[in-house]
Amino acid sequence: MSNRRKPIVSTGDRLLGAFGARTVIGIPYVWLLLLFLVPFIIVMKISISESDGIHFKDMFTISDGTLTWNVKWGNYAFLASDALYVKTYLSSLYYAAITTLICLFIGYPFAYFMARSPAAWRPALLMMVMLPFWTSLLLRVFAWKGLLANNGVINDILLGLGIVSEPIKMMNTSFSLVIGMVYAYLPFMILPLYANLVKLDIRLLEAASDLGARPLTAFWKITVPLSKAGIVAGSMLVFIPCVGEFVIPELLGGPSTLMIGRVLWDEFFSNNDWAMASAVAVVMVLLIIIPLAIFNKYQTENAAREKGRA
Amino acid sequence: MADAAQTGNSGNSSILRINKLTKKFGDVAAVDSVSIDIRKGEIFALLGASGCGKSTLLRMLAGFETPTSGAIVLEGEDITRMPPYQRPINMMFQSYALFPHLTVTQNIAFGLERDGMPSDQIDARVNAMLDLTQLKAFAKRKPHQLSGGQQQRVALARSLAKRPRLLLLDEPLGALDKKLREQTQIELVNIISEVGVTCVMVTHDQEEAMTMADRVAVMQSGRFLQVGAPREIYETPQTVYVADFIGNVNLFKGSLTVDEPDYVMIDSPEGKIYVSHGITGTQGMAVQVAIRPEKICLQRTAPTPAERESAREDGYNCVRGIVKNVSYLGSYTTYHVKLDTGMTLKVMNSNDARHDENRLDWDDTVYAWWDGSDVVVLTQ
Repeated sequence: MSNRRKPIVSTGDRLLGAFGARTVIGIPYVWLLLLFLVPFIIVMKISISESDGIHFKDMFTISDGTLTWNVKWGNYAFLASDALYVKTYLSSLYYAAITTLICLFIGYPFAYFMARSPAAWRPALLMMVMLPFWTSLLLRVFAWKGLLANNGVINDILLGLGIVSEPIKMMNTSFSLVIGMVYAYLPFMILPLYANLVKLDIRLLEAASDLGARPLTAFWKITVPLSKAGIVAGSMLVFIPCVGEFVIPELLGGPSTLMIGRVLWDEFFSNNDWAMASAVAVVMVLLIIIPLAIFNKYQTENAAREKGRA
Repeated sequence: MADAAQTGNSGNSSILRINKLTKKFGDVAAVDSVSIDIRKGEIFALLGASGCGKSTLLRMLAGFETPTSGAIVLEGEDITRMPPYQRPINMMFQSYALFPHLTVTQNIAFGLERDGMPSDQIDARVNAMLDLTQLKAFAKRKPHQLSGGQQQRVALARSLAKRPRLLLLDEPLGALDKKLREQTQIELVNIISEVGVTCVMVTHDQEEAMTMADRVAVMQSGRFLQVGAPREIYETPQTVYVADFIGNVNLFKGSLTVDEPDYVMIDSPEGKIYVSHGITGTQGMAVQVAIRPEKICLQRTAPTPAERESAREDGYNCVRGIVKNVSYLGSYTTYHVKLDTGMTLKVMNSNDARHDENRLDWDDTVYAWWDGSDVVVLTQ
């Protein structure tokens, strides 16, 4: 009724705002739809398609007035029955889990003390965590070869000092593989942990201490539970890409370090068995969706708590 | 009878002795050689503006800051260097510092669990605390599901659960809005006296200090300016800072002209002032005279000698001015009266009649006068 009160945002602005917001949110969704979901469906289709060796048969064929559904589950059956594939999946999960744990054990104290350091130092410390991203991952991983090889820097030093009499075999073992993965993925653990720990209210630790908790007890009872969201986020950011990692196992891994990424590569490019390769890829995605769902659940819970606190 | 004082049944025995406690940050002394005895069962308030050192002093009592020098002795035991988790002292934190991931029950039980108390005893103690603070219905809630007043009670229950020998309150009501604060002040005092715990509280709110505390210490630049009961601090401030900090005050600068044992007279540019009690001073010394706004009477005509029996002579304790501001505040009205010298006199009169025909208004010429016994002479 009162025309003295002007609307804060004009109708035009509001329309543009709503449109703008939808566009900004919409673009990534369209991107994901076209470049993730559609290709994934194609890959799924390939994995269950019958092939004559060169062409894939159409999924539905009409001959003599009857609709036939040409689906072949054989690839999946083969995946499940062939011990090599099962072992490779398990081994991928194993190396990803080991990498995640080591990243957590190195990353948590690092992030903790970074968050506790004087505020003036923090940007510099943060910068140092991110500095490696300025160089190509490939180069950085490749550099580890020079360090870990039998005639590499580390063995040269050990031999030169007389600590060992013959070079220790480090390259192309699970050791070199895990070192490479921890090295490459550590920042992905540190950054979400830091973002979480830096928000921790110091007075909560004082309150714990006031109530009789020694520093270590306060850490386990207060700091760790309150940084759960950061632990989960960091672990997922390390674990998920590690499962499907190809470059690091290829460069640093050995014949004994089975990783699903390398099997995928071999199926596609050595065996040229696209259907099998697609089946391998589909199972890998499904395996990763499970931890992703856990991650999502935590994020939602945490968001609800943050909202409640505000 | 001689040991009555030692056994402490007088209620005045000291529980906490702070001796020349000093805390320096760099070259700046946040707390500067403070000594005080806290009596058993009292609520002792540290009052001061921000940066006066009151919080640092409290944090030293809790153990979060290590004193540069001096000693803190609790019931005969020197706890100056004892870490916070070993002190039989608990603190209610400013804005509470409740553990957000724990329920109300778990928050209250936290300290008891650290002591390794058997779980059935913990349950009993937590229940007693929930009863005391009327939080039974919220036992399973997380802090973010509670209102500000409920959170405040959880914080209190948590800090009382371990039966501390000393309870520290850091701005206990600072996070509540005004209406709730007034109600909670009384509630808090009732609970504390029911438990019978000795309290040291920090506040910047003089009303809060005066409502809750048995004794108040006014702090400035790391030192105690004055320690006393709220009435003492208000009615007989010893320094200009205290007089000005606690409540409103009118200050006249002048010099001592007559210094008798039972009365003094002071000359100030605003007028002559008669004080009906003796002070420690010398004739001719510069002093300030403090008069509370509610102790001044305002009227349109010059007061007759009959109206002001205690004024020794005419012309004393009476000034003339023009009303420059009237603020009606419900139960009382404040007036700003501009005197001839340019000084503005604050006067506060209660509105005891609903319709006052003779109500003073802007630009009225008025006489302001006061009793010779209502004046405080400040020499520092």
